[in-house]
Amino acid sequence: MVEIRDGKKVLITPISAEDLKDIRIGDIVYLDGSLTTCRDVAHRRVVEEGREIPVDVRGNAILHAGPIIRPLENDKFEMVSVGPTTSMRMEKFEYDFVKITGVRVIVGKGGMKENTERACKEFGAIHCVFPAGNAVVAAVEVEEIVRAEWRDLGMPETLWNCRVKEFGPLIVSIDSQGRNYFEEKKKIYNKIKDEQVELISKQVGFIK
Amino acid sequence: MSNEKQVEKMTDIMAKFVALTGKILPDDVKAKLSELREKEDDPMAKVIYDTMFRNQELAEKLDRPCCQDTGVLQFWVKCGTGFPLIGELEALLKEAVIKATKEAPLRHNSVETFDEYNTGKNVGKGTPTVWWDIVPGSDECEIYTYMAGGGCTLPGQAMVLMPGEGYEGITKFVLDRMTSYGLNACPPLLVGVGVATSVETAALLSKKALMRDIGSHNTNERAAKMEKLLEDGINAIGLGPQGMGGKYSVMGVHIENTARHPSAIGVAVNVGCWSHRRGHIIFGKDLSYTILSHKGAKL
Repeated sequence: MVEIRDGKKVLITPISAEDLKDIRIGDIVYLDGSLTTCRDVAHRRVVEEGREIPVDVRGNAILHAGPIIRPLENDKFEMVSVGPTTSMRMEKFEYDFVKITGVRVIVGKGGMKENTERACKEFGAIHCVFPAGNAVVAAVEVEEIVRAEWRDLGMPETLWNCRVKEFGPLIVSIDSQGRNYFEEKKKIYNKIKDEQVELISKQVGFIK
Repeated sequence: MSNEKQVEKMTDIMAKFVALTGKILPDDVKAKLSELREKEDDPMAKVIYDTMFRNQELAEKLDRPCCQDTGVLQFWVKCGTGFPLIGELEALLKEAVIKATKEAPLRHNSVETFDEYNTGKNVGKGTPTVWWDIVPGSDECEIYTYMAGGGCTLPGQAMVLMPGEGYEGITKFVLDRMTSYGLNACPPLLVGVGVATSVETAALLSKKALMRDIGSHNTNERAAKMEKLLEDGINAIGLGPQGMGGKYSVMGVHIENTARHPSAIGVAVNVGCWSHRRGHIIFGKDLSYTILSHKGAKL
């Protein structure tokens, strides 16, 4: 479901492909509901080992991150610090991961490439960036850690299933049309870079 | 005070100082980020800067590390030959990191190479890194602390250019790195460039360049000019906060240099992310200390 709240576009899980239809790269959205941390080994288990993911992420969101968690009493946990990790490491697995799990929103750091673009377009999903280095903001937007699965992977790699409230800002970097914000930006950056190299080079001829 | 007591005292101060630098950014970085925040008018860039400033306020209020990647600890020590703990310094800095890791807390970021296991203590063979400058005749000890996170360590690169490639080659070397790796290293970046004779001399200078205060300049006029040209050039690329676009890409470009072999130009680039967790502290021989990076900070 999508709700506009105080001018913010909030995605509320479960999210449908229809909900994401009008969301475009560069848009800023927030998330309410189910968000599960999921990174390298969990992707490998689902895609390469064919294991069933113990947290149902269908219609929900995953976060590429390894948090710092404080254990509380009665098998409960507190999110101390959580920030996105480089999404590119999961690129290799993401097409199959989205296909198998039905996840709708992938949150991480930096861009992803063709496999994820294809997954977003075919299955109706988006990739978003949570601004990195803001681990305390992200942690306080986690209301509760609901479940912890695949704990054998250790603190960073465990699937921490969180209930989040207005988790964001999330900047859409791949939309459900398969457009890619970073890839489009990189073309512009590289063009200006080449011009600047030429411009500066004219002024640093110190070896004569 | 006995030597043992002195070691204990300095270890304790350094553990507290390291913990502080993981939570609060140095004054010059704060000031520069405020300046860049004001100058951005793109709505997305503004939202990102707002998030960054909210994060720093929360980190201070809740007493938590501001970024979950608290890095590998690196120390650049300028130690007087008369400083009483010169012989104990390297061991006590390691102990201070272990202590700060428990107390702050810091993430366990030391993986032994080849045996490939995390030591779980945030220290290991050769970590924390300690670089020494010995200062003859002084009885003071000046220490720069730095948390080298994974994201901003990745763009680091060094190579040796042929003189024919000149400073034009240095320009291309630095700018190429900005659009390939830099945009993922959490801009606005602080860019350190070393210009020297071989890879290791250039590389060490490129890291030391990141310890300089933002707004400082190389004392050589041409080097200072090149700092400005590179800063303006990288800003023109418009990486903005998080590499997602904006008017500015960097907090600054610092060049450090030495003489070189006539046949070689060693060059290296190192970057610091926006969350540039650098500390600067000076100890007197009686272990009284002055914190230069975080004015008014209490340990």
